[in-house]
Amino acid sequence: MTELSNRSEPWRLTPAAFAALIARDLRVLLHMPASFLLRTVLNPLMFVFVFTYLYPHIGAGRFGEVAGQNLGTVVLPGLVASAIFFQGLNAVALPLSMEFGATREIEDRVMAPVAYGLTALAKVCFSALQSLLAAAIVFPLVYLVPAVPVRIQVSSWPTLVLAAVLASLLAGFLGLLLGTVVEVRKIALVFAVTIVPITFLGCVYYPWASLHSVRWLQILVLANPLVYVSEALRAALTPALPHMNPIASLSALTALTLVLGWAATKTFTHRVLT
Amino acid sequence: MSRVIGLYHSGPSGYVPLSIDGLVKRYPGSSRNAVDGLSLEVSVGEIFGLLGPNGAGKTTTISVAVTRTRPTAGTVRLAGTDVAAQAARARRRLGVVTQANTLDRSLSVWENLYFHCRYFGLSRREARRHSDELLERFGLAERRDERVDRLSGGLAQRAQLARALAHKPSVLFLDEPTASLDPQSRLALWDHVRGLRERDGVAVLLTTHSMEEADRLCDRVAIMDHGRVLACDTPGALKRNLTATTTVRLRLQAPPPPALLDQVRALRGVERVVNDGNRIEVVTAARDGLVPHLVSAVGAGLLDLSVSEPTLESVFISLTGRKLRD
Ligand SMILES: Nc1ncnc2c1ncn2[C@@H]1O[C@H](COP(=O)(O)OP(=O)(O)O)[C@@H](O)[C@H]1O
Ligand SMILES: [Mg+2]
Repeated sequence: MTELSNRSEPWRLTPAAFAALIARDLRVLLHMPASFLLRTVLNPLMFVFVFTYLYPHIGAGRFGEVAGQNLGTVVLPGLVASAIFFQGLNAVALPLSMEFGATREIEDRVMAPVAYGLTALAKVCFSALQSLLAAAIVFPLVYLVPAVPVRIQVSSWPTLVLAAVLASLLAGFLGLLLGTVVEVRKIALVFAVTIVPITFLGCVYYPWASLHSVRWLQILVLANPLVYVSEALRAALTPALPHMNPIASLSALTALTLVLGWAATKTFTHRVLT
Repeated sequence: MSRVIGLYHSGPSGYVPLSIDGLVKRYPGSSRNAVDGLSLEVSVGEIFGLLGPNGAGKTTTISVAVTRTRPTAGTVRLAGTDVAAQAARARRRLGVVTQANTLDRSLSVWENLYFHCRYFGLSRREARRHSDELLERFGLAERRDERVDRLSGGLAQRAQLARALAHKPSVLFLDEPTASLDPQSRLALWDHVRGLRERDGVAVLLTTHSMEEADRLCDRVAIMDHGRVLACDTPGALKRNLTATTTVRLRLQAPPPPALLDQVRALRGVERVVNDGNRIEVVTAARDGLVPHLVSAVGAGLLDLSVSEPTLESVFISLTGRKLRD
């Protein structure tokens, strides 16, 4: 008993516990690496295969072109953005909602001797790492598969890094929010009704500027966080295409990350402390 | 056992592992208190039982003590630390086995222990060594790499106990630890819990709605109902101090008519009569001469009769007028 009781006070335990919480998630991920790869790769791979490889071969080569740029170039930032984004739902919302629900297996992590918010933050940070990894996997895929060469030019590394990191955290916090408020039996439904509209209206397949001819939609999609991720990456990776001013998209990402982070930590604490 | 009890109340430096003082919990939107002014202390090495029916407030009491429910009023101190004010610090001093199995299903048995140790700041090497030891000690070594959802109820409960102890807490909370176990696993778990007292000197607060468990495992028992403690003492003293001490159980051919129950109630020395189908339980302080009177009152409908010495069940009935499992 003395051995542990004499140890450092809880605040000094914090980094160790935080690292352990991340190590646990990593172990679980390594138990089934294939599931990570499949859920990351399948959607972008199928998309680029059909629309940027198959279409040119079956004589629909100019499909989806914007401002003289081929579809592969148009969708590369968008597909990287959605890979980052949906990792947050898969890595946080789904497991959390199950662990809070039927099995209550989150218990032991919640009972770690650190502030509750830290348990949540560890989950989000690990999810963010997975998001970055997903981006790194999707990038070469979307670059190499298209039949017509994709034109990439990193206009600003800071914008690229900042956009990727903010988007990864934002996605993790969104996952945390959904995972703590949505009951496990409704999570599949919530996924179904969020993922599809967020992706299709997330400026993944077209730049935001090209929506100017459908003005009401151009304004409406500003409520979709994925829009800012796609646009910030577009500014960083394919500057030849029209894109939002990166200061605007990065500011929106920062604000959304802070607001969602605050809200999700609140709902998490609410869930674990009656 | 009495030797140990003597020790509790004269702890070396007045060190009290767990003290609950005037605890009240009212859940939002509820019109009554789930815990209603509960106070108790548990000493070093003591196994303390909260005995009460469903809804008595046992789980709520534990939940406040383990920092997961905010108290409405009152305080819980764990080794001097106020659990509401310093939750993270308090969590280092406590281990808990909840009513439901909360083992981490994504991990193996060993990994459950290993990561638990690491959440509590043990180094990788220490955590590995300690997890191995715990598996040995709790007879789980052969199941080391198995997924936890493959474990039987008894083994899962043992794994949970091992995990709760892995960071060497001063107080261990067990919420209905044997409620879902078969009799054999139940006895095995009791042995482990007794072993803790001797080996780790840990104080144990457990809840149960089993009279037998309270009687055989606990050094002291608090009988709880509607969020309050009705009586608190050693099982022996609870039974001794009770005025109504003996229970006569009658089994009849058919449910008795109300007139017969009234007749039985009117007999001298009868404290309480509980009727359940064709069974009658008569609780009495003055047993002498009662049985012949009962027999003649019931008459030819009597199938069977037994007389039993006081149990905690009879203590509970005399305190609340109800049976524990109503
Ligand atoms: N999360 C909750 N919200 C509202 N009421 C609750 C909650 N948990 C328990 N209760 C109520 O508090 C009372 C005590 O419950 P509990 O502590 O679980 O009793 P026990 O463990 O002795 O069966 C019950 O009336 C129960 O319905
Ligand atoms: Mg309970």
